[in-house]
Amino acid sequence: MSVLAILEQRAGVWHRMSWETLAAAQQLGAELKQPVSAAVIGSDVSALGGELAGKQLDRVYTVEHELLKDYTPDGYTAALGQLIAAAKPRLVLFPHTYQVRDFAPKLATSRERVMVSDVVAHRVDGGELVLVRQLFQGKMNVDVRFQGDPPYFASVQAGAYRADKVTAGSAAVEKFKPELSAEAIRTKPQELFRESQRAVDLTAAEIIVSVGRGIKEAENIPVVQKLADVLGAELAASRPICDNGWLPMERQVGSSGQTVSPKLYLAVGISGAIQHLVGMKGAKTIVAINKDPEAPIFEVADYGIVGDLFQVVPALVEEIQKAKG
Amino acid sequence: MKIVVCIKQVPARDSQLRVDPSGAWIQETDLTHEINEPDAYALEEGLQLKEKHGGEVVVLCAGPAGAAQTIREALAKGADRAIHIEEEKLGGFDPLSLARLMAAALQAEKPDLVLTGLQSDDLGYGQTGVILAEVLGLPHATIIMQVEKQDGGIRVKRELEDGWFQHVEMPLPALLTIQSGINKLRYATLMGIKKAKSKEVKRLTGAELGIVPQASIRLERMYPPEKSKHTQMLDGTPKEAAAKLVEKLKFEVRIL
Repeated sequence: MSVLAILEQRAGVWHRMSWETLAAAQQLGAELKQPVSAAVIGSDVSALGGELAGKQLDRVYTVEHELLKDYTPDGYTAALGQLIAAAKPRLVLFPHTYQVRDFAPKLATSRERVMVSDVVAHRVDGGELVLVRQLFQGKMNVDVRFQGDPPYFASVQAGAYRADKVTAGSAAVEKFKPELSAEAIRTKPQELFRESQRAVDLTAAEIIVSVGRGIKEAENIPVVQKLADVLGAELAASRPICDNGWLPMERQVGSSGQTVSPKLYLAVGISGAIQHLVGMKGAKTIVAINKDPEAPIFEVADYGIVGDLFQVVPALVEEIQKAKG
Repeated sequence: MKIVVCIKQVPARDSQLRVDPSGAWIQETDLTHEINEPDAYALEEGLQLKEKHGGEVVVLCAGPAGAAQTIREALAKGADRAIHIEEEKLGGFDPLSLARLMAAALQAEKPDLVLTGLQSDDLGYGQTGVILAEVLGLPHATIIMQVEKQDGGIRVKRELEDGWFQHVEMPLPALLTIQSGINKLRYATLMGIKKAKSKEVKRLTGAELGIVPQASIRLERMYPPEKSKHTQMLDGTPKEAAAKLVEKLKFEVRIL
């Protein structure tokens, strides 16, 4: 089952998950005893292709066209559809980025296939690939097998494979020029922008107290603010808290917010959906306080307290004050 | 503007989940259900667009008979009518055959805009909207935080990673997958709940639509995830647990 990893770049800079995906592809290729190739797509990606030529790969495809300068789902789907038709991989692997979420299901559909998205692990069973993904916001895992004929499509979750496991080697680079027409690209993308300069840099914080849905309403935020104060911590939040406007967006941790790795991360009333976990699982020590003993946050926590945050947090504030004298 | 909003009913967020005897799905009996949260934002966006530009909001829901409750709630919030694709065993449909089912139900509708949530809280594929766009032959954009109507189409704000955004223009008809937090959700009013009772709900089945379930991916075995770390659970009363944690923070984490 030959493997093709489709990597992501923007303006000549790799997406960090590209290397994780390449590592996953090399691992799968080794276990399935199949050759592995990689592709990079854009208007001028020869330098990136050159970088890939130094990896242990069967082949590197540089998919180039001036209409691929800015990402569009129509352009990428057409170009990669042609590459897949020519290269005939059995398994196409993507990083599970926001961009991949935008076009890869369309690409798979155009080949009458369904992508297995957001894969966290795999195993080979009787020569067949079994992929593991999460369901119910991380509360359950499921083993998934492809049915029918290849090509198969899958995307891998951030942090599921380690970028530093990419094996060096050498590979031939093949230029692939897709046939694209401007009329077939229906969406007009504009420049990327950020809302405002971030006033809060959570990435520099040593201690973060982070709050989730368990806080119930805006009026209760002072409960956790007090904990942050006694610890000298920054206050952060999971997405729903910022969506509701209870804390500013710039205090959001997770895939659409900041990625943090403090010495101590206290998750208060946060269930631990994957979108949040990818933003904080690099913390050195994680403490979780949640009323639901099955909340996924406990899977990544070093210390856990099952209980009502409105009782536990004030008690904790008191104990910390005592300890600090 | 004729807007179709696709909604899904999922187990309530704080549900205690158990694997069923088949080993490949959860026990659904005894669970309470609710609208998939991102779909609630998609519905709200549809209602606000209708209020601004006129037209109609049609809710499309594929699900068992019990999903009628979620459909009623959408009608009570202000959707004009609904299409319910009634299928007890939706699990037999992979996202592609499900999208075909939804596309078949929309054939007579010819909407200007189709909205979905960006992903479901249960399966979490995050794909149904994009697949539906491809099946319907529509341009699309995902993870949308703002929708503006303009001459010849719409301009939307896409959320990217790490705090980045991008505006994208596209013609109508189009499909958008909506991000949670794009707007402020409304509650159904008493008047709305009363009105909903007389609104049209068209019921269809997969067989009537001529779409057979397909499974190009097979969910083989479901199980609670293994812990990636050894978690020390600190028990006792809140005060005892807090005291234990402070000990740990002091002597193991050495941060106090």
